[in-house]
Amino acid sequence: MAYKQFILVCGGTGCESSKADDIYKELIANAEAMGVKDDVQIVKTGCFGFCEKGPIVKVLPTESFYVEVKPEDAKEIIAEQVIKGREVKRLLYKDDKAKDRIKLEDIGFYQKQFRIVLRNCGIINPENIDEYIARDGYAGLEKVLGSMKPEDVIAELKTSGLRGRGGAGFPTWRKWEFSKNISSDQKYVVCNADEGDPGAYMDRSTIEGDPHSIIEAMSICGYTIGADKGYVYIRAEYPLAIDRLKIALKQAREYGLLGNNILGTNFSFDIEVRLGAGAFVCGEETALLQSLEGHRGMAVPRPPFPAVKGLWGKPTVINNVETWANIPVIFTKGAEWFNKIGTETSKGTKVFALTGKVKSSGLVEVPMGTSLRDIVFGIGGGIKDGKKFKGAQTGGPSGGIIPPDYLDTPIDYESLTSLGSMMGSGGLIVMDEDDCVVDVSRFYMEFCVDESCGKCSPCRIGTNQMHSILQKISRGNGTMEDLDKLEKIGLAMKKAALCGLGQTAPNPTLSTIKRFRNEYLEHINDKSCQAGKCKDLIVYSINKENCIGCGLCARKCPTNCISGDKTQKYTIDASKCIKCGECYKVCKFNAVLKK
Amino acid sequence: MAVAQIEFSKELQSFVHEWKDKPGSLIMILHRVQQEFSYIPREAAERLSRELNMPLAKIYGVLTFYHYFKTSKPGKYRIAVCMGTACYLKGGQSLLEEAGEILGIKGNEVSDNGLFSIDAVRCVGCCGLAPVMMVGDEVYGKLDKDKVPEIIAKYKKLG
Repeated sequence: MAYKQFILVCGGTGCESSKADDIYKELIANAEAMGVKDDVQIVKTGCFGFCEKGPIVKVLPTESFYVEVKPEDAKEIIAEQVIKGREVKRLLYKDDKAKDRIKLEDIGFYQKQFRIVLRNCGIINPENIDEYIARDGYAGLEKVLGSMKPEDVIAELKTSGLRGRGGAGFPTWRKWEFSKNISSDQKYVVCNADEGDPGAYMDRSTIEGDPHSIIEAMSICGYTIGADKGYVYIRAEYPLAIDRLKIALKQAREYGLLGNNILGTNFSFDIEVRLGAGAFVCGEETALLQSLEGHRGMAVPRPPFPAVKGLWGKPTVINNVETWANIPVIFTKGAEWFNKIGTETSKGTKVFALTGKVKSSGLVEVPMGTSLRDIVFGIGGGIKDGKKFKGAQTGGPSGGIIPPDYLDTPIDYESLTSLGSMMGSGGLIVMDEDDCVVDVSRFYMEFCVDESCGKCSPCRIGTNQMHSILQKISRGNGTMEDLDKLEKIGLAMKKAALCGLGQTAPNPTLSTIKRFRNEYLEHINDKSCQAGKCKDLIVYSINKENCIGCGLCARKCPTNCISGDKTQKYTIDASKCIKCGECYKVCKFNAVLKK
Repeated sequence: MAVAQIEFSKELQSFVHEWKDKPGSLIMILHRVQQEFSYIPREAAERLSRELNMPLAKIYGVLTFYHYFKTSKPGKYRIAVCMGTACYLKGGQSLLEEAGEILGIKGNEVSDNGLFSIDAVRCVGCCGLAPVMMVGDEVYGKLDKDKVPEIIAKYKKLG
């Protein structure tokens, strides 16, 4: 039976939570009702990446790209497009510039993107192993098992130049080689899917959209280092990803791609899913292993590194989801091909979760070396509501904010580190003039206070002290000595903390003190927050020239601190004001001022 | 001496039986217990202590370390306001305050009729929809605080 058309419905968490599943069901029901179910195949895929405009529905072969679809649109899509062959114009993506519908490849969001990790997301049905196989899935594993020795695999990985995508960028081949060279009765392969970085969701989308790529890569590693057991440690907060992974594991076992004697060889390997339980520190590899062993997720000093002495004391290779997802491609397309993409020191692509105050937020994959400007203003379409770009935050609570002057820096591991930030797992949060860097630094430090495991004092005490100083500054009580103290404590933590969490926790603060020093000085010297985020520093007042005396603000004020009448105009009693901002929001005449 | 046991469903019992000899299984077992009770009652932890032959202190050490595990019963409708960076920047805090004000409760409290509880949660990974609030499994995205009363009212009506 040959289908004439295909409808792809995005089944990523973002779109699912905007009723993508109902759209999918409605499409099927309507196709059946109208008697065309044999003409059109309706598939739920992984994330298309364009989350801003979700739910997304794409129809092939016309490449019609429908955005913000609702379940009630299903009928029209079937009746018009499938039966009459006419696109549903009103649902097509409309570009700001070109008023007419534009083709998928012309959408600004998808230009400059290059997909390796997300190669199958939005294309295949992640719950069907055949679709993965049809796109060269498991061909890498077959090649490795059929024609390569473990040393060849490592040589190939080395040529590819792949480095860990979890943050620090350690060469992947080296980890593998460490484990391979140690003789041990038992070794393990672990996938770190404990994506805890607030504002990052590429790992979740990768597993939701293409779970088999992880399974294939882990099997290749198992063969290379001589392990027969793998674990995927995944956040319990990602139920959809967990489900799809379990389905994929079951199908892989049925196809003989997992289990005993894979592909008729004497290599045996299986993978078990283990759930995290909401601890950011478990993204750090030694803490993750503690958690896998069923303990509190507390970091352990390195060395010995997990590649030498890891899970239950056995050699263990841990890579993060994005790193794994690159590996099958390296073996199907070749390390030379992979090595040509990216910069001198950073090869391949990087997936970013582009969010914040950008016009088109979503999941983007670009070659290493792409500039921030291309990502934020090219792919992301620039800043929302015509506001001014203030900075881009990368690396989450371990990174920093990159100011506008550095927008043209090509992004790779080294360039971001030299800017006082880091690659991190790939959150890229765009900030505009309404965001306050002191407030954001305080936000990240609060996060680190909560998430510090408490084992080592530099982190446990340092994060607390830094947080209370930042709070003091954001309340307008900071002094210049406080800035020095922040730097002093921060530097001590970077040197003395036990694990990555504590060593990098001062980064957001230190990088902003350096690059956005003026904003700290405003808070300290002028007691003012230009962005209007630090509540204690905001003063609301009424501009009598604009006030028409309608009294709406006074009626909305929860503390009755606004008084006046039509003739006298209104005034705010600052001593009673709780700075809720209601008056500012309701005034239609721009008469309420916020300073 | 016989000890009064908290009731475990058959499925939970067989889960514990299946997992108890696997290495490092405590967290998986706690997840399953929480799935059954919506939190981890002390009696359940005590029963696990006996069945897994593990000190209660060890079990509590683990379950209080992880944010995901609850030691008190949450409301029937669990409101989770995302406090990931994208949601925070777009006003997650105001959603949290608004919901708290409407229900008159703070973090870790349950509204007096046991209907609602509110948590500020880590990134739920719907950053494209920021700011996001969840009620149970239902996700509400691109919110502002004016939409919160309506959402809460909907669940109040359901009772």
